Amino acid sequence: MIEQELINPKTAPKQKIYEALLSKDTSVTLGEDSLDNQMILNMGPQHPATHGVLRVLLRLDGETIISSECELGYLHRGYEKLAENMTYHEFIPHTDRLDYISPIANNVAYCMAVEKLMHVHVPRRAEIIRVICCELARISSHLMAAGAMGMDVGALTVFVWTMREREKLYDIFDILTGARFTVSYMRIGGMAQDITPECISMIKVFMDGLAEATREIAALLHKNRIFIGRCEGIGIMPPEEAIDVGWTGPCLRASGIPSDLRRDQPYLIYPELDFNVITRTECDALARYFVRFDEVAESVKIIRQCLDKLQPGPIFADDAKVVLPRKGEIYTSMEELINDFVLVNFGQAPPKGESYSAIEASKGELGWYLISDGTGTPWRSKIRSPSFVNLQGLSRILEGAMISDTVAIIGSLDPIMGEADK
Amino acid sequence: MFTFDDIKTHLADFTYEPLDVTGTMCAIIPSEKIRDVARIIKEQFGFTHFIDVLGVDRNERKMRFEVIYNLRNPQTKERIFLKTRCDERDPHVLSVVSIWSGANWHEREAFDMYGIIFDGHPDMRRMYMPDDFEYNPLRKDFPLMGVEGSIPLPEHPEMAVSMN
Repeated sequence: MIEQELINPKTAPKQKIYEALLSKDTSVTLGEDSLDNQMILNMGPQHPATHGVLRVLLRLDGETIISSECELGYLHRGYEKLAENMTYHEFIPHTDRLDYISPIANNVAYCMAVEKLMHVHVPRRAEIIRVICCELARISSHLMAAGAMGMDVGALTVFVWTMREREKLYDIFDILTGARFTVSYMRIGGMAQDITPECISMIKVFMDGLAEATREIAALLHKNRIFIGRCEGIGIMPPEEAIDVGWTGPCLRASGIPSDLRRDQPYLIYPELDFNVITRTECDALARYFVRFDEVAESVKIIRQCLDKLQPGPIFADDAKVVLPRKGEIYTSMEELINDFVLVNFGQAPPKGESYSAIEASKGELGWYLISDGTGTPWRSKIRSPSFVNLQGLSRILEGAMISDTVAIIGSLDPIMGEADK
Repeated sequence: MFTFDDIKTHLADFTYEPLDVTGTMCAIIPSEKIRDVARIIKEQFGFTHFIDVLGVDRNERKMRFEVIYNLRNPQTKERIFLKTRCDERDPHVLSVVSIWSGANWHEREAFDMYGIIFDGHPDMRRMYMPDDFEYNPLRKDFPLMGVEGSIPLPEHPEMAVSMN
């Protein structure tokens, strides 16, 4: 898992990443004793605490990290290139594979970007269901982050308990979307199918149980001396530097900046909803954990309000040139058959232009910059992924930390490599 | 409310081409001016939150590549886009890492994907592709299936069939 090697800068491998690591500070001390030498530790890409395939090179003096360098690209699948070669609809399943912990939120972000490009407005019921989906995805993601961070510092029980709650969420997704993990639920102009009364009652049961589960997790962790001791005061990111490096989401809010796109650039029905933007001022790894933990309760609050607002109505925009027709209509109506043929084979053709649309996903600002040349495939589809940018701050907060804090710091950033590598 | 004309009070010879990105302000500015404009926008108008940089291959003979900067003001919650263009034969744009350190990885990504070189960048390496990869995958002339032999693949009989 961890391989280590002593680096003599004169004979160091002439690899660019090592050069980048060493170029930050050229004063390498070489002592007589091998323990006096600075050491380069290669962590990952197959390290369990890197939450995927992140490679971090750490330059150590004893147990203190002097500098570090991240290497990404082990999960790079070229989604931006793929997106340029398929229709807008065909790309929806690929968005599931970006942040695979909260796939529904990615679907929503992508569909909203395409709808903005095409000037399509989804009906109110679809907007409410989308908010419910986004918040369920946020709960799923934050539970995973809390559990994984606990596991990274040795509290395995929490991970099992959060996975138990996420299992109930997967059952809800199964009923709602027909798939547990990679859901591909959203469509441009609406969603695949309507939410059923059975699903609504499952969500209500889940939310009632979640309050008890979060209480149990809080009892296990929030006064736990080992957990607090390992997470408190490490990975400190001052607010102005967090802004400068481009952090968004819970990481930025843990640095005391109340930045939340649900408030700042309201989309869907968020302006009507009553919720708090959780912030902390400690700026450390523990603060980032607490922000996520408290946001779970806010998400539950949002879902309850949404379920109250849910009224019967259409779930698709009324635009035959954009929205895929229902299967029943295709088999009975000639016009719908033609529309289906055109949409599946050539795709929707948005007007020439550019648009940027972003949502507050569980990790931060998830946005799409789409450039259309008037044909059925996008000319450019840029994914602004929050994990990528949050990881950019990793080198900064690892500086001066102890090597044993690395896992807790990476866990507190909650990176998903599928999203960071695209 | 910020407008691009406000920059003229700080930079006399500032010229731009306005553009609308579905409701968000955008301006195309000459590539040699980008760093001056970026500094003014950050220091005078508070656009400190750096969101994104993206490269675009416009596939045109002149000014083939475009770099788009996505910026936010955390106080007023405003968002603006800046655009600059460079030629294929001389794909150089001034780096803005000295102004927003968050531009670092995004500029490396644009370098990796399009071959746009950001002058003054502290660490101009590829972001995703291996260091010895010769091509720029997001350029429009790069085939979707990749270039055979450009990247070492594991020995796999079925892969050999699918590549042919």
